Amino acid sequence: MLSDAWLIARKDLKLEIRSRVALNQVIPFAILVLVLFAFALDPDRGLLQKATPGLYWIAVLFSGLLAMQRSFSVEAADGVTDALRLSGLTPGGIYLGKTLSVAVQLLVLEVLLGAGVALLYGTVITGWLLLFTTIVVATAAISTAGTLFGVVAAGLRVRETLLPLLLLPVLAPVLIGSTRAFEAALSGTPSEGWPWVGLMSAFAVVYVVAGIFGFGPLMEES
Amino acid sequence: MTTETVGSVQASDNGPTSTGSRSTMILGIVTIVALGVLILFGLILSPADENQGEAVRIMYVHVPSATLSYVGCFLTTIGSVVYLWRKSRWWEILAYASAEVAALFTAFTLITGMLWGRPTWGVFWIWDARLTSEAMLMLLLLGYLAVRGLAADYEVRAKRAAIVGLLLVPNVLIVRESVQWWRTLHQKPTLSLAGAHIEGLMLFSLFTGFIAITLVFIWMVIHRFRVAWLEEQVDLEGLDEAIAERRAEGALS
Repeated sequence: MLSDAWLIARKDLKLEIRSRVALNQVIPFAILVLVLFAFALDPDRGLLQKATPGLYWIAVLFSGLLAMQRSFSVEAADGVTDALRLSGLTPGGIYLGKTLSVAVQLLVLEVLLGAGVALLYGTVITGWLLLFTTIVVATAAISTAGTLFGVVAAGLRVRETLLPLLLLPVLAPVLIGSTRAFEAALSGTPSEGWPWVGLMSAFAVVYVVAGIFGFGPLMEES
Repeated sequence: MTTETVGSVQASDNGPTSTGSRSTMILGIVTIVALGVLILFGLILSPADENQGEAVRIMYVHVPSATLSYVGCFLTTIGSVVYLWRKSRWWEILAYASAEVAALFTAFTLITGMLWGRPTWGVFWIWDARLTSEAMLMLLLLGYLAVRGLAADYEVRAKRAAIVGLLLVPNVLIVRESVQWWRTLHQKPTLSLAGAHIEGLMLFSLFTGFIAITLVFIWMVIHRFRVAWLEEQVDLEGLDEAIAERRAEGALS
């Protein structure tokens, strides 16, 4: 199953590198969101620094949605879904591979957005260990849930509107957790942040299990 | 063309053939009587509360419907699991029916809660853990219903909705937990209903509320189930009929 996952992840990432959609569209969109927040909240009053954790994760979620939607729209064309089914790869492996490729894209996005908030909002970054762990765990949570709901919405005419409706309420705990953990790290009280990391890890585990088992029935039908 | 082709349509295995039966009618009558008793005790016989005044009467329907909104979610998850496991259409439609009724009860809970909050707290909404998780529950249910209502084949809709339904209870639990932490880390939980002592006629009214609202819930789920079952049956039989008609046309020429 893991070698299948590796194969799928490599294929998806290669597609992304060659098509440059993530580079040319998703990343500029993420930066645009950061700039829009500055327009909405007056940059002179220190609101941006104070709200950095929340704004950062909202930007990650919104631009991440674009990346996740892409992860399945590349399969929808030319009957690739059928080809995947015929390939004999285990559904669990396909799920893990897709999750891995989404996670890698999210990580790149998060590093860039981190640099973005440090540069544009003048946020002083502290508590590196907690920040780093939060990013890893939250990415795992977002990509595992995003991939599972991505395939639920895949191949439908309404997928662009359906995926956010399905995914964003489900990701609310991850948004709360990652934001609080970031706040704890940036305010110099990392001990408050660790329970949230635990909660997000539990979330990711639930979704990995549900994804590995749920992907089979979902692949059969479409 | 001929009417006899209709006769060849497969009869439904063991589902309902109409939207109601004698027993659902009796259940309906019992429900109406229970609601009458609830109105009598809730609005007339029970006293007003010292602190909350007349607004306390909202509690007699609010608390039971909040409880049943969670029961509905639970039924949806159970139905989804059994459907994925045994491919039973009966359980899938039960999951769908209870999700829809649960969404209705969640909306009712939110509305009655807001109407109670305005006179009691002075505002319609506060970011209390319980309120927020009920609102999130509503959004999660709407997501399930959106998938279930897709314009696609039954199998596609049912399977995808079942995956969402399977995750409904885990999601509700995680959301509740996180929202509770979120609120309690920063401020003490605001007013809690559980803290207030209720006894005597008020307690009895709440008890009546639980019985009446539970009956309404059961009655609604049964009827929603029957209608949903018949809807799917029409779709399936419609297809069978069309195929039979085409075949008959072929035989004539």
